[in-house]
Amino acid sequence: MSNVLSLTTFLPILGVLLLLFIPKDSKGVLRNVTLAVTIVTFLVSLLILTGFQTNAEFQFVENVPWIAAGPFIMRYNIGIDGISLWLVILTTFIMPIAVLSTYTAVEEKVKEYMVCLLLLETGMLGAFISLDLFLFYIFWEVMLIPMYFMIGIWGGKNKIYAAVKFFIYTMVGSLLMLVALIFLYFKGMQAGITDFGLLQFFDLKLDMATQIWLFMAFAFAFAIKVPMFPLHTWLPDAHTEAPTAGSVILAAVLLKMGTYGYVRFAIPLFPEAAHKFAPFIATLAVIGIIYAALVAMVQEDVKKLVAYSSVAHLGFVMLGIFAFNTEGITGGMLQMINHGISTGALFLIVGFIYERRHTRLITDFGGLSKQMPVFATIFMIVTFSSVGLPGTNGFVGEFLILLGAFESQLRWWTIVATSGVILSAVYMLWVFQRVMFGELDNPKNQKLLDLNAREITIMVPLVVLIFFLGFYPKPFIDKMDPAIKKLVAQVRVASVNAMAIPCVDPTQMPAGVPASAMPPGHPAVNMPAGHPVVESPAAPVANPHAAK
Amino acid sequence: MDMILIPAVNMAPILPEILLSVLAMILLLINVFVPGGKKSNLAYISFLGIIAAGVLVAIGWGAHIESFSGSVVLDNFATFFKMTFLVAAGLAVLISDSYMEREGCNHGELYPLILFSVVGMMLMASGTDLMTIFLGLEVMSVALYVLAGFNRGNKKSNEAGLKYFLLGAFSTGFMLYGMALIYGATGTTRLFKIAEVVGQMTLPTTNIMLVAGMLLMMTGFAFKIAAAPFHMWTPDVYEGAPTPMTAFMSAGPKAAGFAALLRIFLVALPTLQVEWSQVLWVLAVLTMTVGNITALRQDNIKRILAYSSIAHAGYALVGFTAGNGTGIAGILFYMLSYAFMNIGAFAIIILVTKKGETNGNVSDFAGLGFKHPLLALAMTLFLFSLAGVPPAAGFIGKFYLFSGAIQEGYIWLAVIGVLNSAASVYYYLRIMVYMYFKESTEEFEWVKVTAPIALAIVIAAVGTLIPGIVPSVILEYAQMAVKLI
Repeated sequence: MSNVLSLTTFLPILGVLLLLFIPKDSKGVLRNVTLAVTIVTFLVSLLILTGFQTNAEFQFVENVPWIAAGPFIMRYNIGIDGISLWLVILTTFIMPIAVLSTYTAVEEKVKEYMVCLLLLETGMLGAFISLDLFLFYIFWEVMLIPMYFMIGIWGGKNKIYAAVKFFIYTMVGSLLMLVALIFLYFKGMQAGITDFGLLQFFDLKLDMATQIWLFMAFAFAFAIKVPMFPLHTWLPDAHTEAPTAGSVILAAVLLKMGTYGYVRFAIPLFPEAAHKFAPFIATLAVIGIIYAALVAMVQEDVKKLVAYSSVAHLGFVMLGIFAFNTEGITGGMLQMINHGISTGALFLIVGFIYERRHTRLITDFGGLSKQMPVFATIFMIVTFSSVGLPGTNGFVGEFLILLGAFESQLRWWTIVATSGVILSAVYMLWVFQRVMFGELDNPKNQKLLDLNAREITIMVPLVVLIFFLGFYPKPFIDKMDPAIKKLVAQVRVASVNAMAIPCVDPTQMPAGVPASAMPPGHPAVNMPAGHPVVESPAAPVANPHAAK
Repeated sequence: MDMILIPAVNMAPILPEILLSVLAMILLLINVFVPGGKKSNLAYISFLGIIAAGVLVAIGWGAHIESFSGSVVLDNFATFFKMTFLVAAGLAVLISDSYMEREGCNHGELYPLILFSVVGMMLMASGTDLMTIFLGLEVMSVALYVLAGFNRGNKKSNEAGLKYFLLGAFSTGFMLYGMALIYGATGTTRLFKIAEVVGQMTLPTTNIMLVAGMLLMMTGFAFKIAAAPFHMWTPDVYEGAPTPMTAFMSAGPKAAGFAALLRIFLVALPTLQVEWSQVLWVLAVLTMTVGNITALRQDNIKRILAYSSIAHAGYALVGFTAGNGTGIAGILFYMLSYAFMNIGAFAIIILVTKKGETNGNVSDFAGLGFKHPLLALAMTLFLFSLAGVPPAAGFIGKFYLFSGAIQEGYIWLAVIGVLNSAASVYYYLRIMVYMYFKESTEEFEWVKVTAPIALAIVIAAVGTLIPGIVPSVILEYAQMAVKLI
């Protein structure tokens, strides 16, 4: 099973072909077939998990020629390591849940909906497994299309605005990344790199000025996707308008594209620049944590509240990643999975009550726990997970992030960010209280039915994972650990370089670089920020900025 | 000058042109002597003729034959472009019949005119002498003026024809003047001889006649390819002309303009590349930006695509500004892909509009997605390709165009290009918004997909999708075509 990775990725496409032969009126068949396809995909992806060797290498690698024209050679180059492994599994795991959640929620255009879901799955998986920059870009863009249609066709009142905004925001970022990507390729060509294979670019020694430009382009694209403050405004719109399954996938997987992009591409490709930007990005992350939490607090719409909580949570992830130490990045990765599970679950919960009441306004609810005890229990568990209560998955992730960040140069940022934990407890518990407790005075709410078997089936795996990850995250961490250690080492070397590069004699810069291909200002010698202030070589992670 | 030589003429390089010219004349005769016959037969005959010409063109791949004492050449560059023109013409012929029938202007002259204009384009692509290129341009343009105003009963079509003619004639004047100045400065109209003479000049940039000639020629071609600020005619002409002709004009003549422009500037004036690429830089930025920004505010779908076609000329100019193999091959690839995707989009517009070109607003596409899912799917593919979203040919084309620019260090040009591309997404999405996200107000019962149109849409869809997924099938040829120039 050497090509199990390809199989996992393209099984959904086969599913699409299968769906084409099913008449559009047999909705039940369409749903069941899609469910079956996603479950099979999940089972196949488990083969990846079981076959995965715990080391830092890329595994299940497939590398065949694809396009060879002109200066470019693109290859179908895929593989996973500990970092992408869990995201792949998360994707295949969330998909059946998302499909199952549509059984009663989507009655119109079921066939098209299922096609969108499956195409989206292929797009997301493809982006996680690509080791060729061009291939990654293709999947990254392709992903937009089904999501755009999901929001636009099955969305709420303001769906068109949300869908177009979602598409254009992402597109602007990714097109700038495309320019950077091409530029990087030409840089690589001068150093003897012959194709878009990601790994070889890790060894490319770029001067600081180039790195900064390229990092900015990549970081911008990923920051939109994460989304980081102040580029987050598309997210509440998209989440609010998207149908439940769309929101679940958006929260659980699509947003991870951004953070994954940092871990896989932006940081290891441009480590010195990443170091330079770490304080800046951490600042935005912390602003995001606090700001989004404050905004979430005053939302009247539950779904919007959850959307803003996403922004806050991903702020934590970013903080952890930019701590550049094992704890921080592990926490970040873990929190990516946690957020996928708990926020995915929250959107499902919002979907359940929306299906029953066709409203999401907090004021329309109250006292639901009396009427829907099972629902209340599950909602509570998910809330705790989202808040990061010990014993749930959220705690492990947030704790590691804060630990890592506190040990790094981002100590002050961490202190501020910690208040975000409290704020998240405030808005989550408050919304829980307003919806679930109090008087059951609205007559419409008095007739609500508790979760049915299908809905419980949807939630059970998520709840199990919440506790599993909360009590025993070791298997997850173990698998990703070598890859993360490798990344940390890569960055650590770079952090030394980041301080060393300005000392390098400009004449030793890579030869053969035509002046026209260089951005103005030539090499890093002119960069004011990078002057060596190495006060303690023993702490190589420390950045000059931290000294301030 | 010595005596006039009668050169040994090798007809091989212009066999497809001869075939199409003869066929066009035969069609004219058939049209006269078989009155009242079904005009669709003419369409089928010309389609077969185009395929036959395509075979002839394809046979010529790899050859390098100069003829007419070096004023015409058959090389891969010409061959690639000829294929592009034939694709555009073939698709245009397929989508014409039912449209012309509906609009009540199904005159038999349509097909010969299309063929003649293709002959003109082919000469432009294979001409290596300013005069040949000019003659080709005129053959093409005169036919197109008539085609633009082909719907005699329709005021807008008349306006389009007249406007196109007046402004076209005007631009031709510029071009001819430029050519004359170049002749004055160099004493020859053969492209490679111009290159020789210019190469020997000590300071070619101070030769006012030469520089002025170059700029005037560029102005003339800028009109033809609808580059800003010489694009003013485009929206009105594209809107007024019969839709199949709009489709044809947006793809064929634009490609022909680029073919001639590329050959003249790369073969005759490479010494001045630094100078003309500066001009092109400005033209490219203006063209992309003006095209896209104006398209944002349009409601009529033909006008949207008209402005978008301006923007697309701008993207191609980005590749031209780069002037390297990557960028130029990108232009070739892009022009071919553009023929597929744009004519494909127009084919669907033909189906959705009603008699008299009514029902052509974006809002009239509301709900098409679920009334005619396949049509809407094809339209979606074309629109995503036009917007440059993978996996469609339009993306690969843009990728190579912008790569060319980046390779030469025109980073900011590429950045402006991609930002434009992002802006263009909005108006393409808008069409999709109506097709899929709005409730339908119509049943679209008038939409009748005839076999030729269906064939055209299928060909266009394949031509848009396949090169997007496996670009090498076309890119390799485009790159071979560029090598020889």
